[in-house]
Amino acid sequence: MLQFSAFKKIVVILVCLIGIIYASPNLLRDDIPLDLPSFAPGKKVNLGLDLQGGSYLLLEVDLTVVIKEYLESITSSVRQQLRKEKIGYRGLGTTRSSVILTIRNEQEFERAKELLFAIDKANNVIMDGAGNIQITPKDESIKSRKIAALQQSIEIVRRRIDETGVREPTIQRQGESRILVQLPGVDDPERVKALLGQTAKMVFRLVDVTTSASEAMAGRTPPGSEVLRAAMAEDGEPQAYLIKKRVMLSGEHLIDAQATFQDGQPVVSFRFDTSGAKKFGKVTTNNVNRPFAIVLDNKVISAPVIREPILGGTGIISGNFTVRSANDLALLLRAGALPAPLTVLEERTVGPGLGVDSIEAGKMASVIGICLVVVFMIICYGLFGIFANIALFFNIVLIVGALSVLQATLTLPGIAGIVLTIGMAVDANVLIFERIREEVALGRTPISAIDAGYKRALTTIIDSNLTTLFAALCLYSFGSGPIKGFSVTLAIGILTSMFTAIMLTRLLIVVWLRRRKPDLIPI
Amino acid sequence: MFKPLRLIRPNTKIPFAEFRLTAFTFSFLLIMGSIFSLLVYGLNFGIDFRGGILMEVRSEKNVGISEIRAELEKLKLGEVNIQRFGKDTDILIRIQRQDGAEKEQIAAIELVKETLGSAIDYRRTEFVGPTVGEELKEAGLLAVGLALLSILIYIWMRFEWQFGVGALIALTHDIVTTIGLFAILHYEFNLATVAAILTIAGYSINDTVVVYDRVRENLRKYKKLDLVSLFNMSINETLSRTTMTSLTTLLALFSIFFFGGAVLADFALAMIWGVCIGTYSSVFIAVPLLLYVNLKRGEEDESGLQAPQDEMPK
Repeated sequence: MLQFSAFKKIVVILVCLIGIIYASPNLLRDDIPLDLPSFAPGKKVNLGLDLQGGSYLLLEVDLTVVIKEYLESITSSVRQQLRKEKIGYRGLGTTRSSVILTIRNEQEFERAKELLFAIDKANNVIMDGAGNIQITPKDESIKSRKIAALQQSIEIVRRRIDETGVREPTIQRQGESRILVQLPGVDDPERVKALLGQTAKMVFRLVDVTTSASEAMAGRTPPGSEVLRAAMAEDGEPQAYLIKKRVMLSGEHLIDAQATFQDGQPVVSFRFDTSGAKKFGKVTTNNVNRPFAIVLDNKVISAPVIREPILGGTGIISGNFTVRSANDLALLLRAGALPAPLTVLEERTVGPGLGVDSIEAGKMASVIGICLVVVFMIICYGLFGIFANIALFFNIVLIVGALSVLQATLTLPGIAGIVLTIGMAVDANVLIFERIREEVALGRTPISAIDAGYKRALTTIIDSNLTTLFAALCLYSFGSGPIKGFSVTLAIGILTSMFTAIMLTRLLIVVWLRRRKPDLIPI
Repeated sequence: MFKPLRLIRPNTKIPFAEFRLTAFTFSFLLIMGSIFSLLVYGLNFGIDFRGGILMEVRSEKNVGISEIRAELEKLKLGEVNIQRFGKDTDILIRIQRQDGAEKEQIAAIELVKETLGSAIDYRRTEFVGPTVGEELKEAGLLAVGLALLSILIYIWMRFEWQFGVGALIALTHDIVTTIGLFAILHYEFNLATVAAILTIAGYSINDTVVVYDRVRENLRKYKKLDLVSLFNMSINETLSRTTMTSLTTLLALFSIFFFGGAVLADFALAMIWGVCIGTYSSVFIAVPLLLYVNLKRGEEDESGLQAPQDEMPK
């Protein structure tokens, strides 16, 4: 155990040097920019949101809505096809995962089935003897729609958040229907949540003027129309409108939206793309002097009367906006609509004050913890304690270096993990030193005792550290946010402490043995 | 250099294994007490598992807890728990999960913020919806289960199965009593607690393995020695290391407890308990248990660990 080849020595020294190099950027202050060449390690430890302050949001995309819409689109093409071919049917509707209907006429069963199959080859069409048909989209096409909806949601979320000016947001997919959003530096996430909480599907529909909204609510809603609430009606304005169901124009055609002022009131101006402008021109030409409604997420923002055809493809939405709500609406329209509603499942927000305090407390605990352990080791092991402390110093350097290189996130529990590792890191050295003491007590020479001490302690060190490593790995796989950070620092700490205890202190002791050739070990 | 201090004098001979019946009784009572308090009080699950809202606020001028409580009780949000947190100006507000889905929770947060006004610094706002709470609970149980299993498999591979049984019982002992401690003290049981429990598991098994390694070594060395004396010898030989490591770890933990801030204090406390109980169980439970598991003796070892021979290094 006391043989150190030149190669091994170089490796140990090299590892320590690399650790110092990679850990060193963390000593630099943020406010002094450095012109480092690109190959130089410039990465600092990545602070978790609980340390730098910020907001963590876990969002869920309601994918059932996506499936529902898909089934409804199948339903409407079924209706079109069968009407075109004049095939009688009844009971057309959707279940949770399929479209169902019944064909009236037995002679038309087979033709209907073929027609329905031709709508989309990716659907399974099953018919029983009584003409009951069930159209079920295949799993793959459902899955691809879900994935597309999730990806689109992520894209829209990113656009909306970028528009709010948050710096360096992290937006990740998680699982099959979730989006993880991390917003460093945001300590009031209410606005972001409000922005993400809206689907922002804007459509233009005509107002049904045949009867009033209140009468319709009383029970006589004309077919093809529905009652929608007003989004932000003030007193004296109608609280609900009777709106035709048919969508004249949807928000997909919008290419720009800005908040501006009209007659001193905040409004939102918008612009359509070419095809949207054409449609908008046609709709407004055909409906001069009739009111039309601007509907956002099934709520009526305003229902102005069309005074003249609008052919330029631009328009203005007025309503009871404040400057902020006008800005938010413009932002939502620019970013586009979410394919499905989002729900916030989990939120963790830490204000900057607490983050700074946590870092200070973490530093304080680390420094005091280290000092106590260092002093204790010197008291109990003397010179060898100093060796162990040098190893401890490099252990910390290596942990910080590894965290910087891996860009693992350092969280508050992560700091606890480091302090804990400091306490446990000396364990390997304690095992070795105690063993050496025993061997000395048995009357061995210094060299023989140290050699035997290392040899015997080695298996124990590996056994005991591996078991702790298992616990750390389990924690990692389970971990969410801060706990993951804890398991990462714990695992890194175990590995580096094994290296420093077994390799580094041994090298120090061997060098000391060679130089001094002691008769007695001061332990 | 000065003469290093030795915490445990060489040739200490404490007959640990002789106290085994006392230790077993003590541990049995501890475990029964833990199970009893778990059944009676249950665990005080934090919002991580139960869902709900947690807010840490700081007010510059000293707003009393009772004032805030009175204000919040008007909101009819159900169970609201308010306590000082660390400093006099800091207050921790816990609000039970609101009926309904996630939207209702967010509405409740906004309501509280409106009520308390903007003069207060919101240092931390956490909310966990019912879905995630359930998932975290499952994931937590799974993690603890997996950790125990992988540790057990490792011990079983490295040692004979008898040691595996002893280690598992000692480990379960430590975990159950730690959970029991949380039930008795009514401390909040959250994600950090699960992390603490898993770390305790790692530490406790680490401690047990060190002593077991020595037992195994001595079993090969002294084939004629009776088991009780052999166990006593093994424990005493490793006693110095056991105390040293426990002490350095405790030093680190106490500095987290006193200086690491209020968020980490509970975690540190759980760990402090874990280190103490883990050390105790390795010495007083894990080793004496080996008396009852039909330990095999007198065979040549196969695992490569050799009895000492006086070979000199080259």
